Amino acid sequence: MGTLNILVSVCLIYVAFLFLVAFAAERAAMRGNGGWLRSPLVYTLSLSIYCTAWTFYGAVGYAARSGLEYLTIYIGPTLVMLGWWWILRKLVRIGRTQRVTSIADMISSRYGKSNLLAVGVTILAVIGTTPYIALQLQSVTVSFEVFSDAYDATMPSGGQESNALLVAAGLALFTIVFGTRNLDVNERHHGVVMAIAVEAVVKLFALLAVGVFVVWGIGGGVSDILQRIDTSKIGTWQIEGDRWATLIFLSAAAFLCLPRMFQVMVVENDNEDHLRTASWAFPAYLMVMSLFVVPIAVVGLDLLPAGSNPDFFVLTVPLATGNDTLAMLSFLGGFSSATSMVIVAALALSTMVSNHIVMPIWLNTSLGGATVSGDVRNVVLLSRRISIAAVVTLGYLYYRISGGGTALASIGLISFAGVAQFLPVLIGGIFWRGATRPGAFSGLTVGFVIWAYTLLLPSFGGGLISDSLVANGPFGIGWLRPQAFFGITGMDPLVHAVFWSILLNAMTFFAVSLIGFPSPVERLQGAQFVNVFDHSTTLQGWSGDMVQSEDLMIMAQRILGAREAQALFEREAKRQGVTGVLPEPSPEFLQVLERELSGSVGVATAHAMVEQIVGGTSVSVEDLMAVADETAQIMEHSSQLEAKSQELSRTARQLRQANEKLTQISEQKDAFLSQVSHELRTPMTSIRAFSEILRDTEKLSAAEQTKYSTIIHDEALRLTRLLDDLLDLSVLENGQVSLNVQTGKLEALLDHAVATALTGSGSDSLRVLRQRGEERIALRTDLDRLSQVFINLIGNAQKYCDAEHPELRIDVEMSDGRVVVDFIDNGSGISKEDQAVVFEKFARVGVQRASGAGLGLAICREIMTRLGGSVSYLPGQGGAAFRVSLPDDGKMVPQ
Amino acid sequence: MGKSVLLIEDEPNIIEAISFILSRDGWSVATHSNGHDAVGVVMAAQPDIVILDVMLPGKTGYDILRELREEKGMVDLPVLMLTAKGQVKDREMAERAGASRFMTKPFSNAEVLEAVRELVNA
Repeated sequence: MGTLNILVSVCLIYVAFLFLVAFAAERAAMRGNGGWLRSPLVYTLSLSIYCTAWTFYGAVGYAARSGLEYLTIYIGPTLVMLGWWWILRKLVRIGRTQRVTSIADMISSRYGKSNLLAVGVTILAVIGTTPYIALQLQSVTVSFEVFSDAYDATMPSGGQESNALLVAAGLALFTIVFGTRNLDVNERHHGVVMAIAVEAVVKLFALLAVGVFVVWGIGGGVSDILQRIDTSKIGTWQIEGDRWATLIFLSAAAFLCLPRMFQVMVVENDNEDHLRTASWAFPAYLMVMSLFVVPIAVVGLDLLPAGSNPDFFVLTVPLATGNDTLAMLSFLGGFSSATSMVIVAALALSTMVSNHIVMPIWLNTSLGGATVSGDVRNVVLLSRRISIAAVVTLGYLYYRISGGGTALASIGLISFAGVAQFLPVLIGGIFWRGATRPGAFSGLTVGFVIWAYTLLLPSFGGGLISDSLVANGPFGIGWLRPQAFFGITGMDPLVHAVFWSILLNAMTFFAVSLIGFPSPVERLQGAQFVNVFDHSTTLQGWSGDMVQSEDLMIMAQRILGAREAQALFEREAKRQGVTGVLPEPSPEFLQVLERELSGSVGVATAHAMVEQIVGGTSVSVEDLMAVADETAQIMEHSSQLEAKSQELSRTARQLRQANEKLTQISEQKDAFLSQVSHELRTPMTSIRAFSEILRDTEKLSAAEQTKYSTIIHDEALRLTRLLDDLLDLSVLENGQVSLNVQTGKLEALLDHAVATALTGSGSDSLRVLRQRGEERIALRTDLDRLSQVFINLIGNAQKYCDAEHPELRIDVEMSDGRVVVDFIDNGSGISKEDQAVVFEKFARVGVQRASGAGLGLAICREIMTRLGGSVSYLPGQGGAAFRVSLPDDGKMVPQ
Repeated sequence: MGKSVLLIEDEPNIIEAISFILSRDGWSVATHSNGHDAVGVVMAAQPDIVILDVMLPGKTGYDILRELREEKGMVDLPVLMLTAKGQVKDREMAERAGASRFMTKPFSNAEVLEAVRELVNA
């Protein structure tokens, strides 16, 4: 037990050390002096998460059971790195330009940004990875047990479950702490990568140490070991061609498709050039890892009792020889292998689960779609953390339920075969523009169904799928037997499963793609993926941070204005303690920038713009919805403005019309004043001229004096009349006149008017013809005003009638209850043009001069309007004819 | 016999007044009282000076003057315009129409006499 206690302490110290390494790396990256963190060496070492506990412990077991076959697991990735690095380069380039966050994101993005596809890939990845995580947990707990005194090397053991829980919790914690410290916009995790790089060194060193100990410590050097190998049964294992080919293919496919591999290889990569180094360094790493596998296996088989679990020879051989320190180192190597895998796998899967499952659900349920206005980072972080915990928990539960009895290597291979189903879709997507979403979806579905049916379910033994089904096929359909499709028997189950699943997957994918036609988004994305090297510039020597800061600066200047943007950037750079004017694009700075920008363009738009430039996740649907929402608000606002502007222009038009009217009135007023001036000046001219004559001329005859005095007198009267008329008209027009309504008889009224109009003229000057019988009508109106109208009309006839014997006929009749009085003379009448203006002010018609100022008829019209009647010219009567019409209520009953 | 004046004016009392003043000063005064045929009358009478009212029945004084100035030998004929409308624009219109001088009613007799003498002797 003492050893176990020390082991736990060492383990805790090691974990603390990893925390420290990760923390230091994060700090360095935050300060912007983390260039060394991103060296090709670190990248290469981070790829070594390919070598999990399965590789560390299991390879020896594999060798002990199946000879050199374990090598296939290393040959696959080596072939990819050496021979097909151009596929990797293409993946990395696409990952960079498309800001891919995971393999699910990559595939969904290629096939028209289909979230359904992303969800599918995510679920399949989780299903494929969960057993693998369970495997790691099991390896750690079993390796703990190996150190306990009670350990019996020959007993199959599932490990202590409490240990597994502790390890799972610890790994989840580590992943949460360093995987979700903040929402790194590039989905890069310096701390995690650095920690797994350190772990890569530890596991390599541990395995080498055990190997060296086995070869030179236990064995007698290289030649002795070679001899032992020759004599052991390992040397006699046959190489099975089909199985080897399948395994090499599987490991190569898994190397490309495993979510955790994709994470470190594509997502965490920040320089394409690193691939160049990795393409030889990583195969070298694998070679060194595999170097001592066979010697350890051989020595373990020799040394330990028969039936010992060869999967733990790496631990049990040093322990059996009493070399506890070496065993502890070896344990740390295995521990490193397991933890690094779980951490990265949990990180990769949580990104997928969170981005493609949790967040869409959260956005659809807790928020009303596009009304996301606040900062969703905290929500994203929370969702990531929950996802990590869920992924690790799933692994733990799988470990608990499966009982951990299955041989490590077979779980690993089942996992490999599962994720290998991504391969046709992935490779097809980046090399074939004709690949479509339905094709990808059906290919993946077919592949996974066959994989589950032929490999996964049978692996659980009799639990999930009955032995009779395996033996006879479902419902006795022989050709559907899980391990003998189409009646082809005798194949290794793994080879069988991989062969059929990949073949049918690829064929379905190809066929369905050919039948359908890619949607526009798919065509666009397809072209961008397939022709990525044409579209994107090389990323060599790309110093990301500076470029981003510059781009951010350019964008900020556009939106905030040059001066304000510069001030902001300088302030932030100063706060960060960075020399120069460009701050590092740290999360804090990005938050500040987003806040500033959102003041101008709205929160969602600012977020989307910054995201786009910094290049984390590509702009998501939620982002676009939020942007659209903001835009809609702006549109509404602008349509309100437009309505207001229309209202204003309507008001302006009304004002313009009012102004025109005023101008017209003003012009009329000017014209009126001009007329008045003329009418006043004319009599005044006579008065002045004759008064000067009277004053200045001597020897003026008495007759002349009388004549000129009379002219002065008449003109003075004319002036007075004019002023009276003007005042009268003004009062009438302003409506200030108060009517003095009385009752009277029309006949009497006409008598009075005729008498008044003809006063002072000879009795024979105008003969007035009347029909007194018709005139006996009682009226109720302003009699004085009505009389004024009559006098005016009679006076006009007297003045203007040009007949030799002027006559005026006054006709009275009742028409429709109205009293109509016509005044018709026997003169030459008024011409048609003049009829139109005869009622206008100062309208004087004809060539005759008269003393009137031309206001009489205008006054008549105003009076009749006030009385509710009218006066109009009556055409076609021979002479001048005017009709006065009185309203219904203007009369009383006829007498 | 003195020099001849043609007075074109429609207001009888003003005709009487101006005729009186000029006759006493030795001018021979002819009168005409509407606008229609005023130009023809001027051409026929060939006076030394024309006194022209603006507000005439049939045709305004401005139109008459414009037409007159178009006629041969009428460019330099002295024309004294009289108007009862005393606004600035009336004066401008008179000048544009080619008036030699412009007077606003009511005028003083001495001024009219003075103006006629000056215009004819100039």
